Formats: sequence, structure tokens, C-alpha cells
Amino acid sequence: MTVEELEQIAESVRLENAKYDHEIHVCMDLACASQGADKLRDELVKAAAAAGKNVLVRRTGCMGPCSSGPLVRVDPEETLYAHVKSKDAEVIVASLGSLPVPELQCDLSNHFDKQVRVVLENAGHIDPEKIDEYIASDGYKALMTALIEMTPAGVIHRITESRLRGRGGGGYPTGLKWSTVAKASGDQKYVVCNGDEGDPGAFMDRSVMEGDPHRVIEGMALAAYGVGANKGFIYVRAEYPVAVARLTMAIREARRRGLLGSNIGGTTFNFDVEIRLGAGAFVCGEETALLASIEGRRGTPKPRPPYPAVSGLWGKPTLINNVETYANIAPIIRNGGKWFADMGSERSKGTKVFALTGKIKNTGLVEVPMGIKLREIIEEIGGGVPDGHTFKAVQTGGPSGGCIPAEMLDVGVSYDALMAMGSIMGSGGMIVMDDTSCMVNVARFFIEFCMTESCGKCIPCRAGTAQMHTLLSKICSGDATLDDLELLEDLCSTVKEASLCGLGQTAPNPVLSTLKYFRNEYIEHIVHKRCPAGVCTMKPQEVLA
Amino acid sequence: MPAFTPPPLPSDDKRWKIVNGTMRKNGFARHALIETLHTVQSSFGYLDDDAIRFVARSLRVPLSQAYGVVTFYHYFSLKPPGKHTVTVCAGTACYIKGADALIAAAEKRLGIAQGQTTKDGNISLMTARCVGACSRAPVVLSDGEVAGEASVEQVLEQLERWAVE
Repeated sequence: MTVEELEQIAESVRLENAKYDHEIHVCMDLACASQGADKLRDELVKAAAAAGKNVLVRRTGCMGPCSSGPLVRVDPEETLYAHVKSKDAEVIVASLGSLPVPELQCDLSNHFDKQVRVVLENAGHIDPEKIDEYIASDGYKALMTALIEMTPAGVIHRITESRLRGRGGGGYPTGLKWSTVAKASGDQKYVVCNGDEGDPGAFMDRSVMEGDPHRVIEGMALAAYGVGANKGFIYVRAEYPVAVARLTMAIREARRRGLLGSNIGGTTFNFDVEIRLGAGAFVCGEETALLASIEGRRGTPKPRPPYPAVSGLWGKPTLINNVETYANIAPIIRNGGKWFADMGSERSKGTKVFALTGKIKNTGLVEVPMGIKLREIIEEIGGGVPDGHTFKAVQTGGPSGGCIPAEMLDVGVSYDALMAMGSIMGSGGMIVMDDTSCMVNVARFFIEFCMTESCGKCIPCRAGTAQMHTLLSKICSGDATLDDLELLEDLCSTVKEASLCGLGQTAPNPVLSTLKYFRNEYIEHIVHKRCPAGVCTMKPQEVLA
Repeated sequence: MPAFTPPPLPSDDKRWKIVNGTMRKNGFARHALIETLHTVQSSFGYLDDDAIRFVARSLRVPLSQAYGVVTFYHYFSLKPPGKHTVTVCAGTACYIKGADALIAAAEKRLGIAQGQTTKDGNISLMTARCVGACSRAPVVLSDGEVAGEASVEQVLEQLERWAVE
């Protein structure tokens, strides 16, 4: 495979597409698929055949605004239809070539205007099961160009120049990580993709793996070329069967096209990828635990150093990046590091994909430039809190993150700003809560999660989270005293300081951030034995005679 | 040193051949333990003692290690599932949107706690960490089929349908 051959494939796809007068895209991501997008697509194909129209009906990955699903987009007019039922197929097909169907049309310009699509550039545009469509959208061009025209050091230099930071949540500079692995000595090196999206409330990585699997593979291949690895593993949650199927198919197709395997692009570069299934353990998102799991062992973390960059999988230098990080690589190689570094804020470059969920009008997947205000994401892109309720907090970073109150919404999104507010960027879950959510109860939910997910290796996390859960349960049932609150705060700092890995070190964040911004709710529970949001059931108190 | 010969299949059940196939594909390497256990679970529905013993011997992994792996990961089950399984997602978005009410209603209707199967082996009630359909929270899976924005009534209706089957 050469750049010219890629161009030929792209050209033949374009010629094939040009045969059709219209293209109808049907979003088949989980949210739309669960509402009958499958049947809808069949009906559209049938209706087009019956009407004798020359229409290409294409299945795509996530289009974004899941709450308006099932979604259908008609091109070239770019008409977006929301809440489409299979019975609407005929009307849509009949409207092709004339005016759009007003009842189904939706105007989501507020939702889309402030978004910038880098990672999701193909989502909603290509069929994820067709490698040729990915190639026609400049796919694998970055890999081929890099193999022929760039040195491995040149690839790493471009990533460093882009100032991309790890999208798994930690925000470690990607270029620096790559050069550490490149410098590590050893004839065998590995690249690993962390697709163990265990953070409840986040589904960006699932959508990327399902909607544009080749982008992840190309990113991994570029990384392997940069650091000198010839073997890669994608670690995916077993809870994502579609992602596993799409990636399996993508790997097979890439091998068939000679984009994975030996002597890629006629060069001496060899690289192949294998999929490894997770088995439901949140801690496996931690890199050393993930490596243990790939090796077929219990996913317990190890103290670092040595870092995986020096001693990882089977003791060999290993590069681990998140799905979204790899998804950024090909565009950076194609467009240059400076292009990427021009987007975003001072210390956080590029864009970030967020899974916007909870009490918000437009739930779904959004990609925004770093530095955008939280208020813009929630009120403009997300359309605000529905049903006349008022916004209370937005939770980012999952069980490792925190709750951000209304008064902080004008802060721009960046790794450092979120950290300063007591939360973290995390992998990109963003859950909006309104006045019906009790913040103490939410903190208890997260601690319960961390308690059950703690691997049990180190005591601060194993016992600390359990004690924190007991104290929070006491507060929620109205049994706690102010001494318990003090003890809880004390425990938070112990667990944070003394735990072995990220899970324990960040487990207190939801408690600390709610204590910081919603302390009055804790006090209400403890002193006045009432839950302001009306969520917690208080034990009946003895009435003093 | 004599070459390693894998143990014979536990029975002539064809599913063991599928399990053996996964191990062979991985060259009976120890790191194939989790992959193999996944195959066992997808073929048999759960992991029983015989299966764990067989896999451990075939891959030359200590039985304690194999058992340790099985009990460490939530995805693996040591008990056979019911004929039907209802799974309520208990991820954050679902929780905020009232998943606990769904779980409580199902528990009350079935008379079992989450993670259990009804005595007649008909229905298992499970919770999931997050199935990634957060935008349609709360989410319920009925025998694997995803339904978003689920209500207590819908869950009870489904349970009713299974009960009268």
C-alpha cells in the first residue's frame, strides 16, 4: 500500500458515491439503535427502492445529539431529522430533491455551532465497517506519509509540538511519554490502547471505537512507528460488544489491505494489533493494573516507578494511551503540530470530547475546543436544565472527579482549571445535576462505587473507602454527628495521601468537592436531620418532650 | 523435558471444543487465561468448578490463580444465570435519573436482591456498572436488549411477560 494506492481507493469511493443523487445517513450508535435505527435503515432502503430513487443509505457512528435520536441526516443538503420512526421512511424518501419534511426537521445549530470536530470528524459521516470509506476521508494517509517521509523521531517531534496531553484524564504530555518509550532500551516494545472506559457516565471512547475504529488503529500504528514497537494491544471492556466486533473487523480489514502486518507500505515497519477483553474491573483503567490484566492476571496495580514506559507488559517498555489520545494522532500528523497547538487554551491544547448526560436537554456526545466555558457547554450546547428545574452542579471525571457548582461555570475547561476546582478532566463524562439531586447522596454513590471497585491491595483504599461509605451512609440517614463529619474529612486526606494508585488517591475527590461547595447540605443532614433535595430518607427522630 | 500435553476435554460436550479452540489459538499461553474464561462464560453461561479446573490445567496456571481471576472480575459468574436476565444500569447518569427506583421495584416484584436469580431459575436481576448508553438514562437491558428512558412500569411489565411465559 502506498499513498498513491490510498488515493486510488479514495477516488473509487468518491466515484461510487457520485453515482447516487442523495445520501441518507442513519445514526446507528447505541442510543439510536436502542430506538429502532436498525429497522429504520431497512425501511429507508425499501422506500428508496419502491420510489425508484437513486439513494445511498449509510449506517454511521454517533452523530452527537443522542436525546434527539434516532437521527437521520440527508446529504448534500445536510438536513437533520430527529426522532425519526420507521414509518417516516417513506416521507423522507419522498421529500428528496424537494423541500425537507418540516415535522421531522430539527434545528440544533446552537448545539453544533460551538463544537469543533477533530476526534469525531468522521463520526456520523462514514460507515464504520468499511475501511474504504475511512480511507476516502484521508484515512491511513498520515501513516503512509509518516512511514515514507518521516523518521520515528520526526513523528514524536510533531506530537510534542502539538502539545497534546493524555486524554484518559491524567493529562500527561503525550510527546514526552512517547519519547521516554522510544529512548527505553530493549528490542521488544509494545503499544497499548486503554479502551477500558470504566468511568460510569462516560461513553466517548465507546463511540470512537464503534464509530471510527480505524482512526484508533492508525493512531496506534503511528505510535508504534514513533517508539519502535511492533505489537499492539487494544484493551476493551467486555461490556462493549459492538466496539469489540467493530475493532475485530477493522483489524482484519487493515491486515487485508496491508496496513497492519509485515512490511507496511513496503517499508521495514511491522506492526500488528490484538484485542484483549476486560472483564469488569474499574481499577483496570489504571495502567499497571491494565497491563496485569492483559497478562491474564488479577488487575491489581503496582507501585511506580518503574513506569510502564520502561518496564511494562512482560517487563518490556510499553506505551499506554487512551482511545481518544490515539484518535488525535492521525489528524496531528496530517495537519501538523502547530495546527493542533493553535486550538485550545494556554496549557491544554486541541479539543476534548465530552459525554454530556444527566439533567440536561441535549444529552449526547460533544467535542469542544479546550478553554470553552462550562456555561457554554451546559447552557448553549446542552440547552440547559429541562422541566423548569435549576442547575445545581456538574460532575466531571467520574468517581475520581468532583462536582462543580453554578458559581464556577464561567471557568474555561482545561486540565489545570478543573484540577484547581477540585475536580479533574477525567476521560470526559459530564453529568449535570439539578435541584432534585442530593449532593451528599451523590458523594455516597461514588464512594460506594470506589469501595466495591477497590482491588484490595492497599489498606488505605480498601478500608478507607469502606469507612467513608459507612460515615456517608450515616449522614444520609440522619444518624451522624458533627464529629463524624470531621472524621470523614480526616479519612479523605488519609486515603488521598496514602493509597497506592490513582483509584484510591482520587476516590475522596467527590466527597471533598461536595464538602467544599455544598457543605451546607452536609450540615442540614447532620444538624437539622433533613435532606434539602428530598432524596435521603431520614430515620424518624425522637421528639424531645 | 517432555512436551506438554493438554488434559483431555471434560466431556464430549461440543462447547469444550470451542473453549479448547481459544486456548489453542493463543498457543496455550498463560496470558490467555482471561480470554479463555470469557469463552467458557459465553459458551456455558457461567463458570463452574470443572471449567475452572480444566482451563487452569490446560494453561498450566495454578488453580488458586485461576480462581482468583474469576472472583476478581465482576464479569465472571460462578452461578448459572436465569432463563431471562434483566440488567439495570447503575452508572452515574442512570443513578441521577432514578435507576435505584427501578432496582427496588424489580427486587420487590421478584422477591430477590440484585445479583440473584429467582428460585425457579426463570429470572436473574443484575446491575451493570455502565453500559455506555448514558444519554438515554436510565437504561435497562432485557436479555441484552437495550431500552432507554426506562420507567418502573416498563420494567414490571417485562417481568410480568417473562413470568407468564
